[in-house]
Amino acid sequence: MFDNLSKIGDYLEYPFVRYALIVVVLVALCASLLGVTLVLKRFSFIGDGLSHVGFGAMAIASVANVTNQMIIIMPVTIISAVLLLRTGQNTKIKGDAAIAMISVGALAFGYLLMNIFPPSANLTGDVCSTLFGPTSLITLTMDDVILCSVISAIVVIVFLFFYRKIFAVTFDENFAAAVGTRTKAYNLLLAVIIAVVIVMGMTLVGSLMISALVIFPALSSMRLFKSFRSVTIFSVILSVCCAVIGVFIAIMVGRIPIGATIVAVDVAAFIFCWIIGLIKK
Amino acid sequence: MALIEVKGLKLGYENRVIIKNLNFTVNEGEYLCIVGENGSGKTTLMKTLLNLQKPMDGEIIYGDGLKKNEIGYLPQQTIVQKDFPASVREIVLSGCQARCGWRPFYSKDEKKLAEDNMERMGIKQFAKRCYRDLSGGQQQRVLLARALCATRKILLLDEPVSGLDPMVTAEMYSLIDGLNKDGITIIMISHDISAAVRYATNILHISKKIFFGTKDEYSQSDIGKLFIMRDYYERGRNRDV
Ligand SMILES: Nc1ncnc2c1ncn2[C@@H]1O[C@H](COP(=O)(O)OP(=O)(O)O)[C@@H](O)[C@H]1O
Ligand SMILES: [Mg+2]
Repeated sequence: MFDNLSKIGDYLEYPFVRYALIVVVLVALCASLLGVTLVLKRFSFIGDGLSHVGFGAMAIASVANVTNQMIIIMPVTIISAVLLLRTGQNTKIKGDAAIAMISVGALAFGYLLMNIFPPSANLTGDVCSTLFGPTSLITLTMDDVILCSVISAIVVIVFLFFYRKIFAVTFDENFAAAVGTRTKAYNLLLAVIIAVVIVMGMTLVGSLMISALVIFPALSSMRLFKSFRSVTIFSVILSVCCAVIGVFIAIMVGRIPIGATIVAVDVAAFIFCWIIGLIKK
Repeated sequence: MALIEVKGLKLGYENRVIIKNLNFTVNEGEYLCIVGENGSGKTTLMKTLLNLQKPMDGEIIYGDGLKKNEIGYLPQQTIVQKDFPASVREIVLSGCQARCGWRPFYSKDEKKLAEDNMERMGIKQFAKRCYRDLSGGQQQRVLLARALCATRKILLLDEPVSGLDPMVTAEMYSLIDGLNKDGITIIMISHDISAAVRYATNILHISKKIFFGTKDEYSQSDIGKLFIMRDYYERGRNRDV
């Protein structure tokens, strides 16, 4: 155990471990911030659909071989978020089915693309790390850290600025619209922020895992807390703790993927909160 | 000039017309009860009055300088709200959302208004409690307090007593009646014809034939007599069971 702790100390000497920690904390923070709203508005489907779309966008980006993949991934995912929001709320065509079509379609398209134009010799490895996140984080650079910090700052500021309106629109959209709040604009804003957070987290934990980071802390927190504010604050704290613990476990065990480890810790925390919630009742 | 004037309104979804040729007015200080069978379009009408959806035809004129953000609304309960983690204070404060515009936080005045309205609705002791842990009657008081934060002039209530037991229902009615006596115009959807006839000044009955008039006119009208009789009969039968 002490061996392992000193091992963490040793690891922190390496810049890439420090970068990884910073990025992981920022992603966990942003992802959990909107989780409560997503769960309560039954918008979880957007997170899920987007992670699939993200895979497709990432495939295009790696095939196109551009220097900064964000230039392609970000706009594609944001546009998809808006489209998913529209279809999800449309009562005429079955929203669920449309979303399943878009997300599975994007997966298939991305996988095909990567097969036809393999970005590198190791196709399976590429696909796997796009879906489940890289097994090591050596690839993170200072630029990644800066980009991630800037995006996080924007997400947090926008969230805090619109916190009261987001609460109002989440709790009761009809009332909000009736008293003149522009609910459509806020739904759009939410969809865009979700897209940004998903793109930000995707390179770290993989496109399939990121929606877990959004949903789990919120669900855990909702088992224990009773006001919107305390649920939001606790889910952020929980998410960041789980992420840090996940990184350390991954480092200590070695050779296990960070994304999956963090999600596993999130699941464990959810079970823990669930049991405590039951006992409290 | 009337607070709200509805002229030749036609409501429906896609191609299906639900209500047509609807005319009525609401003046300041009145208490309008909208009655009718389930599915007759009462909620649809209220949503149209609130500008949440567009009428197929006709017009709604808002008079006396009634601005859009001066209307209080108590929606029919939805399922999402039932397991929502929100404290009573958070919900009542959200009634001030139109007042605060772009400002990212609520001002002292708005917080005071929320406290006052919680006091008025007798829910101040629950301020920190979770909405979902309250009884049905208490929840409705919370939503009423929120609606009061949004308006000083007019309240639109969609079945405010549905699902409440008779005692709590009576309390709720007298609470609403008190607000009306304080000068707030009330438009309320209700199933309960006897309460409508008791408290309202005017009645709008939506069915194949639309009735609009004062409650005395309603009691004298054929449609009114029929429904009041039926209601009376059903109540008697429920009591016997
Ligand atoms: N969003 C909708 N799309 C299509 N039809 C609807 C919608 N909402 C309600 N309706 C239909 O409109 C009719 C009136 O509904 P509603 O206004 O809720 O009635 P009430 O409130 O009087 O019970 C019902 O037949 C209902 O099926
Ligand atoms: Mg209704």
